Amino acid sequence: MKHDPALYEFWPYKDRPKITWPNGARIAFWVAPNIEFYELDPPQNPARKPWARPHPDVLHYAQRDYGNRAGHWRMMEAMDRCGVRGSISLSVALCQHHPEIIEACAERNWEFFSHGIYNTRYCYGMDEAQERAIIEDSLETVMAATGQRIAGWLAPALTHTERTFDLLAEYGIKYTCDLFQDDQPQPVHVRKGRLISMPYSLEVNDVIAYNSYLMSPRRYGDILKMQFDQLYEEGAESGTVMCIPLHAYLVGHPHRIGPFAEALEYITSHEGVWVTTAREIAEYYYEHHYADTCRLLGMTPGEEIK
Amino acid sequence: MSLPADYLEYPWRRHGMDHDRYPYLSLPERKPVSWPNGAKVALWVIPALEFFPLNPTGKPFKAPGSMVTPYPDLRHFTTRDYGNRVGIYRIFRVLDELGIPASVAVNSAVAERYPALLGEVTTRGWEVIGHGVDMDALHHSGLDEATEAAQLDKSLDSLRKHSGQLVTGWLSPAKSESFATPDLLGSRGIEYVCDWVNDDMPYAMTTSSGSLHSMPHSTELSDRQLLIDYHCSEDEYVDQVSDAFDCLLAEAGRSGGRILSLPLIPYISGLPYRIKAMRRALEYVLGHDGVWPATGAQILEAWRKGQG
Repeated sequence: MKHDPALYEFWPYKDRPKITWPNGARIAFWVAPNIEFYELDPPQNPARKPWARPHPDVLHYAQRDYGNRAGHWRMMEAMDRCGVRGSISLSVALCQHHPEIIEACAERNWEFFSHGIYNTRYCYGMDEAQERAIIEDSLETVMAATGQRIAGWLAPALTHTERTFDLLAEYGIKYTCDLFQDDQPQPVHVRKGRLISMPYSLEVNDVIAYNSYLMSPRRYGDILKMQFDQLYEEGAESGTVMCIPLHAYLVGHPHRIGPFAEALEYITSHEGVWVTTAREIAEYYYEHHYADTCRLLGMTPGEEIK
Repeated sequence: MSLPADYLEYPWRRHGMDHDRYPYLSLPERKPVSWPNGAKVALWVIPALEFFPLNPTGKPFKAPGSMVTPYPDLRHFTTRDYGNRVGIYRIFRVLDELGIPASVAVNSAVAERYPALLGEVTTRGWEVIGHGVDMDALHHSGLDEATEAAQLDKSLDSLRKHSGQLVTGWLSPAKSESFATPDLLGSRGIEYVCDWVNDDMPYAMTTSSGSLHSMPHSTELSDRQLLIDYHCSEDEYVDQVSDAFDCLLAEAGRSGGRILSLPLIPYISGLPYRIKAMRRALEYVLGHDGVWPATGAQILEAWRKGQG
């Protein structure tokens, strides 16, 4: 076991080369709905139980399922109103279970990236072939359902192995949302190919806000605005990235959607905000900033794998 | 079934404390302290630079902020690392703009891994406080004294070498000590320790070695306790710092100088949505006359002068 994952260089948030975004935007803003499928009776992973109670854990299963049945549609409407396309962190088995949701998102030109097969199948203990299998399954499943080649990754339930990032790069995945060390993208050390960390703003994830910090919905709306204000201010010096990671099973409830929608309106009504997707941020970053940053950090820029 | 007879024996039942580290002396009985230039409240800001290993032993317990999920817990590793890469730089900027020096508690692992970060502290002329090796190297009575001494030396030798400072303050990781820790600190040139959260003012401790003082590093008013443990909002944090300051300022009018200590964790207070609250709290304090922003070593020195 490693003391330090050594996935990226130490890079203080001071005197960095200026990051620019299209049209002089100060901040790249993206929204990441996690559209997840949790199984009623998944197999056990030795490192982690999928459910707190004996199967079937009806209460918690249904709590998650609410997102796909009710919450998603409300969340999507709030995003539509602000012209925000989602970058979906997808349990790819949703393509089989709920093609209705996939179609609605594809119609809106939302981005799909992989969040594993199910959010009840963890990577702990996988051998390399098994880990390759979930990446290949993700690529094939999303391609078949949407015609999109996935460009990003957020490990299912944030479960990893020591080889996860090397494999992602090998398959041509452009960005990972799994590393929370920064508010700007950064090259990641991989064996072959290239990979960047995409700022995912985990601390303003609705799961963290509601389930860890036990926030009220209006307070969640407030921290989203405060998070934006600070990163927008700093973005005048060098472009920043803000993400709002969401789960429709939380934010999509009637008592929570209002303050979220208001924060979204607040953010998108500012000048100089690039309302975009993670894929577009990654593509722009590779084109304009990746190689220079690698050289600055003493890394060899990786070749693109298609 | 019964308990052994000595369970009802009370060998330390006496006037004062149940140990000999320090005598009891109530706050109102203290000799009033004068701060430089007639200041009433010393403002002591104490950010911590901590390294949380990805593979902690968790012995004898996991320090707050340690890894949570099965290995490799990249979620917690990288969110903690955010503090040392991004959050602390926001805090530096606020403290610079407000002209506040800090005492920065540093794990020696941070000094070794990120020399540029330690340089931010030393080039400002701020104080480095010894903060152990890393957040998985706790001091506790499960270690024999030689092992604990070696752990202490590993941290202090490294911090003194890399900072060029004497390093006279100490904050144990997670405020965890063994029975021997104060003795070991006293014999290594440590003048003050921040682990004993039982007072608002410094006081002398008794050790088998050198002189050692306790300094009031407030856990109760820390960003971790208020924002994370109590789930307070940023506004509630500002209110509590302001209320604490108001109370201390009023007491200082009657009882001599007081100290407002503000421990800051960069991955907590340095988040984009929290940094302005930290600034507002400090601005509130600085908006009053009679505030002396100082390091722990400066505060202790002024306190000792007044004790005669």
